[in-house]
Amino acid sequence: MSNHAVSTKPTWAGGKSPFKISYGKLMMWFFLLSDAFTFSSLLVGYGAVRFSFPSAEESVPAEVQTWVKHNVVPFKTDNHEAFHDHGFVESMQMKGVFSESHWPAPDMVFNHFPGTHLHLPLMFVSLMTFILILSSVTMVLAVEAGQRMEKNKVQLYMLLTIVGGFMFLGCQAWEWTMFIGEGAKLFTNPFGPVTFAALFFLVTGFHGFHVFSGVVLNIIIYLNVLRGTYERRGHYEMVEKVGLYWHFVDLVWVFVFTFFYLI
Amino acid sequence: MSNDHGHHKETFISKYIFSMDHKMISKQFLITGIIMGVIGVAMSILFRLQLAWPDSSFPILEWLFGEKWAPEGRLDSGFYMGLVTIHGTIMVFYVLTAGLSGTFSNLLIPLQVGARDMASPFMNMLSYWFFFLSSVVLMSSMFVETGPASGGWTVYPPLSALEKAMPGSGLGMTLWLTAIILFIVSALLGGINYIATVLNMRTKGMSMNRLPLTIWAFLLTAILGLLSFPVLLGGGLLLMFDRLAGTSFYLSDIFLGGGVGALEQTGGSPILFQHLFWFLGHPEVYIIIMPALGITSEVIAVNARKPIFGYTAMIISLMGISVLSFLVWGHHMFITGMNPLLGTVFLIMTLIIAVPSAVKTFNYLATLWRGSIRFTNGMMFAIGLVSLFITGGLTGLFLGNAALDITLHDTYFVVAHFHLVMGSSAIMGMMAGIYHWYPRMFGRMMNKTLGYIHFWLTFVSAYLVFFPMHFQGLAGVPRRYYSFNILPEFAPWLDVNVFITLAAILGGVAQIIFLYNFFSSIFVGEKSVQNPWEANTLEWTAPVEHIHGNWEGEIPTVYRWPYDYSRPDADSDFIPQNVPDTGSSEEVYVSPTKPDTSDAKEVEEKDNVMLFALIKNWFGLGRA
Repeated sequence: MSNHAVSTKPTWAGGKSPFKISYGKLMMWFFLLSDAFTFSSLLVGYGAVRFSFPSAEESVPAEVQTWVKHNVVPFKTDNHEAFHDHGFVESMQMKGVFSESHWPAPDMVFNHFPGTHLHLPLMFVSLMTFILILSSVTMVLAVEAGQRMEKNKVQLYMLLTIVGGFMFLGCQAWEWTMFIGEGAKLFTNPFGPVTFAALFFLVTGFHGFHVFSGVVLNIIIYLNVLRGTYERRGHYEMVEKVGLYWHFVDLVWVFVFTFFYLI
Repeated sequence: MSNDHGHHKETFISKYIFSMDHKMISKQFLITGIIMGVIGVAMSILFRLQLAWPDSSFPILEWLFGEKWAPEGRLDSGFYMGLVTIHGTIMVFYVLTAGLSGTFSNLLIPLQVGARDMASPFMNMLSYWFFFLSSVVLMSSMFVETGPASGGWTVYPPLSALEKAMPGSGLGMTLWLTAIILFIVSALLGGINYIATVLNMRTKGMSMNRLPLTIWAFLLTAILGLLSFPVLLGGGLLLMFDRLAGTSFYLSDIFLGGGVGALEQTGGSPILFQHLFWFLGHPEVYIIIMPALGITSEVIAVNARKPIFGYTAMIISLMGISVLSFLVWGHHMFITGMNPLLGTVFLIMTLIIAVPSAVKTFNYLATLWRGSIRFTNGMMFAIGLVSLFITGGLTGLFLGNAALDITLHDTYFVVAHFHLVMGSSAIMGMMAGIYHWYPRMFGRMMNKTLGYIHFWLTFVSAYLVFFPMHFQGLAGVPRRYYSFNILPEFAPWLDVNVFITLAAILGGVAQIIFLYNFFSSIFVGEKSVQNPWEANTLEWTAPVEHIHGNWEGEIPTVYRWPYDYSRPDADSDFIPQNVPDTGSSEEVYVSPTKPDTSDAKEVEEKDNVMLFALIKNWFGLGRA
């Protein structure tokens, strides 16, 4: 018997496969497991630095806390355009809301929304999260259509997933631009401790890199779907594998969102 | 070794360079590992020269390193630290992680589980080339103007985070980090592959409780690597940013001399790096020793002509070590001002790890007990591992105790401990593997006499080098010092340093014998027979000449566990795993986990819940 077809004959020859999945999917699961540890190390590092500073709640003056609570920021209310001036950050610094000595409250930092100048804490990032979760939904639909071998549906849902990924990346680019525009850099941070900005850029950047590579993978698979590769192969397992990766990236974002924006 | 099975003709490049065959990749790992090992050992001898004769001049050093790093034949102090750092890095990562687990996982996993190749041969090839690239980057750091990284192999910030802290914190440190990140990529690509192959590519009848202990060790090692290396990746990424982008994850309130003043970057914590580093660093020592222990289990059982004692206990202790190894990293950090309660937790966990380790050594001794021992070269090294592992393990009990560790920390006692327990003993395991599977790798035997000489010189010099260090450490001699001759309290130890250095040179010379034996036997060694050690595992059923795909025709089916040696009811003193039962109704000597069943299919159906079965048997629930 000829023995050359090594890699193309991956079938489990020993009775029942342990996890009842192919080795390719098993590898993806183990990769995701190790990647989860990479993100954990970054998030643990974030936690260690974050909790070496007191929280904003403990040191923000009571009056400012009331404004935040009632979603009113009284600075320069006579000038609608002025809210997003650097004046906002400066006056917050003067009020002691943003200070080197305590971690900034995320809803005072991430309060912008494109096209409006209202104080909308965490609205934009919630929208981003929603978009990413929606793209996970379309990914599920693509995988499901693949299992039913419906090429057209797979095509449609993969395309929607890719669009969702690009939308998320676009949102992230906008948020970074705003953040940088207000003076945040890897080594300076007008909102408080420098490590806040550095960790924000590093962790969301690392996640964004994952989203970007996910989009690239999705595009490759989408092109293969278009060419009918998986139709000929008889199964859409590759769609399922990139789907696993995509859901993982989504799940990680939930943690990033929780730790960076909500806590 | 012509191969007419391939559908395309293999060129030199596809066969020897960018090979996707696991046997060739294992040789690539081994030979790269040996080259790195030679460099690492040579470095250790160079800095031992400095410790033994701090005032003497060695013109050869100036010839070798130039006027900058060895002015007037004396090692520069910064370069001495560089040598120490790169020696540690090379031995830990490049020799004992990639060289040991990369070589033997690649060689043995497909052959012993009965697979044609790794799950993904392409990823396997990438794994080697990332490792190669990483080695090149690391070695290139020896040639940059500011010298190699010299803050110790643990690269603690702030020395590693501030580019201007010392010469070795410059470009050399950046290259070190780059090399380690490449290494992590290689380890992850390899590890995912090993796990997938062990779990998904086993042949018919090869249930988990019929796996040779080598494979169990490789599997758990790969899982350890998969879960711990990413954490170093995260930590290294943060360090990279601190070095290159001006962040301050690991920097806090630092005042620099030389008119620089207070550092602008603040807000981070250098201790954070130590946590992230040792979360890898501790599992890493088990990543090093577990494959060596797996190899030893196999070599001892084969050469004692006895079933391994406590097969199930061996697996469970490996699992115990794997789990516990993630919970003990704090014992490297007792003196960081850790909360005493937390210190106590780490202390207890550390001492608990001694239990599975002791189970393993007792099982080795029990396997040797009343065996018909064949003292082959591989067996000598396997027994050497057990000896060094016990000696080194005993001092682990000292260092695991926070109270003792506080005085012993950063002394030669620590150096002695880890060099015995995971340095020398893992090298012994690696050598056992090389001598034992050499016929399988190259189709020839190594010279036995040279092997004995190599063993005795290595074994004796390992003790001569590291045993006196315990006493130095107890007397408070600190590690990583360039010279002790200006500190009168350490003067009595200078003579001991001379003795240690002479022993180290002896150990180094012994490795030259090995190198000669290894490389000459590839060409002139005695031709190996099919199964030279009369072993049971599947790799000895494959043809001596390597063929792509491992077996001509069908992959053998497995009918029994791998340790059927000296069964009283059998004619031969070994029964390979692929031999079906002849129908002898009397079950005299059976696998402790499952009775032998002639029908492989039946076994598959029974053994689906492997772990459950193991635990059940461990507590004796499975027995009627």
